[in-house]
Amino acid sequence: MYPSRFRYEAPRSLDEALALLAEHGDEAKILAGGQSLVPMMKLRFAAPGVLVDINGIAGLGFHEETAGGGLRVGALCRHVDLEHSTVLPGAQPTMAAAAPLVADPIVRTRGTLVGSLCHADPQGDWASVMLALGGSVVAVSPRGRRTIPVGEFVVGTFQNALEHDEIVVEAVVPAAQGARAGSYLKLERRVGDFATAGVAMALESVGGQILRAGIALTGVGPATIAATEAAEALVGASLDPDVIDRAAELAAAAARPRTDHRGSADYKRHVVATFVRRMLTAERAPAGAAA
Amino acid sequence: MTSTEIETKDTAIPTRRVTVTVNGEKRAADVEPRLLLAHLLRQGLGLTGTHVGCDTTNCGACTVLYDGAPVKSCTMLAVQADGHEVTTVEGLGTPSELDPVQEGFVAEHGLQCGFCTPGMMLAARALLDRNPDPTEDDIRWGLSGNLCRCTGYQNIVKAVLWAADKERTGDPDS
Ligand SMILES: Cc1cc2nc3c(=O)[nH]c(=O)nc-3n(C[C@H](O)[C@H](O)[C@H](O)COP(=O)(O)OP(=O)(O)OC[C@H]3O[C@@H](n4cnc5c(N)ncnc54)[C@H](O)[C@@H]3O)c2cc1C
Ligand code: FES
Ligand code: FES
Repeated sequence: MYPSRFRYEAPRSLDEALALLAEHGDEAKILAGGQSLVPMMKLRFAAPGVLVDINGIAGLGFHEETAGGGLRVGALCRHVDLEHSTVLPGAQPTMAAAAPLVADPIVRTRGTLVGSLCHADPQGDWASVMLALGGSVVAVSPRGRRTIPVGEFVVGTFQNALEHDEIVVEAVVPAAQGARAGSYLKLERRVGDFATAGVAMALESVGGQILRAGIALTGVGPATIAATEAAEALVGASLDPDVIDRAAELAAAAARPRTDHRGSADYKRHVVATFVRRMLTAERAPAGAAA
Repeated sequence: MTSTEIETKDTAIPTRRVTVTVNGEKRAADVEPRLLLAHLLRQGLGLTGTHVGCDTTNCGACTVLYDGAPVKSCTMLAVQADGHEVTTVEGLGTPSELDPVQEGFVAEHGLQCGFCTPGMMLAARALLDRNPDPTEDDIRWGLSGNLCRCTGYQNIVKAVLWAADKERTGDPDS
């Protein structure tokens, strides 16, 4: 299977890439890891006239901590860099849990977190993780830089909020209020599959009191879903069994799954509730104790 | 340096000259941007050890090493290899001096039809380069992007364990 014909450009700088986008308008598409775009082009679901390959632009492969437990992830930071990161374990438990669950090891060599956010697949794992963490993306265009919260960036199925001449240069996780906890759980039919259902959980607490909570759902709606009410039920609370049950119910209610080859809508909702319960129960149990 | 012309249909889109170091040798080709790396290797350079199975980024039969890292060559463009190094199964070892991964596949009968084997071995090579002492779980996890319809994976895992043992201890039967 071949993509339809396109012109290929490999800019060496961000300015060059921006100039190419400005010149070609909606004919042009950015190529990052290519692990979503190239398959789409081979199936002719996408047929850009010009492909702007950003892999030759230096300085975008980073991921680094910022003051107070924040994180910046450059546009060419690959899934595999996050999987084997020395920065994430401890500091970013939700991201560390998700990184090995994205796609399969060979796809992870090329695919990028930012590309995944831009692709806005309702089954993309990173959008849930970033949504739960209250993350945003930084987009650059000839008009300057703007920061877009992930909740506003992912606007629908395969739809993001970028203008044609914008490039996302990095994704940002804000600094935490207190200590971070959380995880990512994903049910997949086999390793490497997209999620039947996934739940990202991000908690920030001081002295056992939760100051901020984020819960987001993968694969159970037309886009990534922020389970806002479920998260709010945790703020100011301690993780008692009734609080946990309430959050699990609210998260399941926020899901809008469809019955498909991965399972029935009811089943997926049940998985969401179970994942929420499981993660919160694990946070409640003192380290090492049986949950 | 050998140079290859890949046949292109007449089109307004110009071909590009790419220079790729394939299995240690510099090769040049004029390619259409939409040519996939797998096809440059197979049709352009005659390296048919790289197999195309699913053509949809799922099976890993087309896995090659790109600057040392495993990639699905059906999901990269040939133009993206310009200036880079690619290792295919033909470059993994030589008939007289097999890579330990290849020896392991022989010793442990790590294949049946052999279709998945080149990709499997390159993924295994990359796995051992990162982790010379993998557990069985590490191997199953590390090869989970490569599908095999025949073996049930058991002997593939054994083959990679064999190779890891040989590389660490010199004695795969230890
Ligand atoms: C077999 C298989 C299994 C997979 N399983 C999963 C899975 O389980 N979970 C999951 O989350 N993903 C999965 N994926 C998708 C994978 O994670 C992709 O890597 C990811 O969705 C896209 O990232 P990319 O860097 O490859 O982007 P590309 O494919 O290069 O681009 C994707 C889209 O984003 C745009 N884009 C990319 N970067 C930028 C940028 N910096 N600025 C503006 N626009 C940009 C592109 O123009 C394109 O429209 C799977 C893919 C495959 C092939
Ligand atoms: S042929 Fe490339 S992944 Fe199957
Ligand atoms: S040996 Fe036949 S597909 Fe693996």
